Amino acid sequence: MSPEILYTAEVILNGLMAGVMYALVALGFVLIFKASGIFNYAQGVMALFAAMTLVGIQNGQVPFSHLINAVFGTQLHHFGWHLPAIVAILLTVVVMIIFAILVERLVLKHLVNQEPIILFMATIGLAYFMEGFGDLMWGSEIKVLDVGLPKGASLALEEYTVGWATEGSQYYGMYVDKLDMVAALVAIALVITLSLFSQYTKTGRALRAVADDHQAALSVGISLRKIWVITWCIAGVVAMVAGVMWGSKSGVQFSLSLIALKALPVLILGGFTSIPGAIIGGLIIGVGEKLFEYSIGPMIGGATENWFAYVLALFFLVFRPQGLFGDKIIERV
Amino acid sequence: MNIGSKMASNIQPGEELLRIENISLSFGGVKALTEVSFDIKRGEVRAIIGPNGAGKSSMLNVINGFYHPQVGEVWYCGQKRKGLKPFQIAHQGIARTFQNIALFKGMSTLDNIMTGRSTHMRANMLSQAIWRGAAEKEEIKNRRFVEEIIDFLEIQSIRKTPVGRLPYGLQKRVELGRALAAEPVLLLLDEPMAGMNVEEKEDMSRFILDVQSEFGTTIAIIEHDMGVVMDISDRLVVLDYGKKIGDGTPEEIRNNQAVIDAYLGVPHE
Ligand SMILES: Nc1ncnc2c1ncn2[C@@H]1O[C@H](COP(=O)(O)OP(=O)(O)O)[C@@H](O)[C@H]1O
Ligand SMILES: [Mg+2]
Repeated sequence: MSPEILYTAEVILNGLMAGVMYALVALGFVLIFKASGIFNYAQGVMALFAAMTLVGIQNGQVPFSHLINAVFGTQLHHFGWHLPAIVAILLTVVVMIIFAILVERLVLKHLVNQEPIILFMATIGLAYFMEGFGDLMWGSEIKVLDVGLPKGASLALEEYTVGWATEGSQYYGMYVDKLDMVAALVAIALVITLSLFSQYTKTGRALRAVADDHQAALSVGISLRKIWVITWCIAGVVAMVAGVMWGSKSGVQFSLSLIALKALPVLILGGFTSIPGAIIGGLIIGVGEKLFEYSIGPMIGGATENWFAYVLALFFLVFRPQGLFGDKIIERV
Repeated sequence: MNIGSKMASNIQPGEELLRIENISLSFGGVKALTEVSFDIKRGEVRAIIGPNGAGKSSMLNVINGFYHPQVGEVWYCGQKRKGLKPFQIAHQGIARTFQNIALFKGMSTLDNIMTGRSTHMRANMLSQAIWRGAAEKEEIKNRRFVEEIIDFLEIQSIRKTPVGRLPYGLQKRVELGRALAAEPVLLLLDEPMAGMNVEEKEDMSRFILDVQSEFGTTIAIIEHDMGVVMDISDRLVVLDYGKKIGDGTPEEIRNNQAVIDAYLGVPHE
């Protein structure tokens, strides 16, 4: 094989890995949108908040220490422990569940039957609140997240593929980050778990019912509020997984919440209500932007990854607004 | 036994199950219902009829808690009802179908009807996780009941079909199945035969009468086909422009001048 083909394959592979991550973030949006018709602007901040909480808990940071120290003149900073990653992850899950319950109690409950735009505005408010609250709770400095995931190039893959190139060509093997591989595997496992849950448990059935028709769900005795709490819990856990993966890759900082913006084009491609759509949309964008950067990028000065997804989404909006898998939008008249 | 059947356990057939007292409901300036009162007795088929826009669907929506009337009271099983949510009312044994079918379109017939068992599912998420055995046993019991309903409604062949793909008449039947799965004390049917041909209407009438006689279910039905409705109902309420203009047996309604006028389009004063 010529090295060109191998490079292209590597680009596609890396694109798929990135795409899985986009899909993961988009999935959080789709879950909440299907269940409650809310476009949750706060999904990205939830990922950031979860990652901050995880780091804080793992390192035994005292929450609100700045505030406490300022008010009481104390010098608290650390509990002096360092928890194993798995314990910290489980505790973070608990925090995200508490968060979901609070969102329902304090916000959503009061906005039942409001226009979607009002709910959307509420999630914008929620996003800014959480951002500030997260900083207050854990401090705003950039944090290192390390839950022991492998990092760096996969040497095994490099060694395995190095012989694939034609004899005598300069080829050093395929480069894939181990963290990306782990992220992809975790995301796949998460998606499979979620689909099994929604397909084969009665709570999953109730979730699907609510996603399909609120009034009918109420009429058979399903409590919307309970389902909303469950959906926000799931979205919180999905956000945490996304936060851990992105955080391990590039540190826990404000920009992590911006990955949510990358989910937007994914949603436009996949349709806001389709879980398979979110996955395929994520993969298309991941592969698309990497291939575009690799093939066209050098001709037009590079850095195309910043805008490629949005331009692709724009084309979709013009030619196929319901996305790849969304239901065709036909206004009832 | 769920909450609904417990609540109704000391109401004998023929005794009052539900009482609508002096209900008025308006949307902005539109008066959908004005001072309407009537009762539903346990075990009867009670029809609500009237021209389009008379307020029939609004009446059912009041009974199952989608609408909250500005004035008036609803009494159920001898208790005055206050401020309940629709899902709580479902748990009290009131199930319904909708004028515009409201099935879960993406789900199979079986799954749709299974959701109808929601009021018979006790195991919650936590116990589901910890005590898998109990949850599974419950699911199997519910599943068995649902299969009985599927047999009863003769829809075995579409068990696994997503309901969005079914023809209209069958969708109506699945929706009835979902309501029946709740083993309701009171079943509300909003135009269950609209858009059906004669044969389908006969099937549906037969199912409704079978439900009444086999399970002793009390049924409130809205239906436009006068022939059918006079045939299957024990008593009728007639609404016109949100007001009650007639109440009685089919015989009495046939001879009620106000009703005849409303249907023949005599101008209102
Ligand atoms: N949710 C609603 N919002 C505004 N008006 C409504 C609503 N529901 C019913 N109405 C009005 O109440 C009146 C009675 O409607 P409805 O109960 O549907 O009549 P029917 O079922 O007898 O045809 C109509 O004028 C209708 O427009
Ligand atoms: Mg109606």
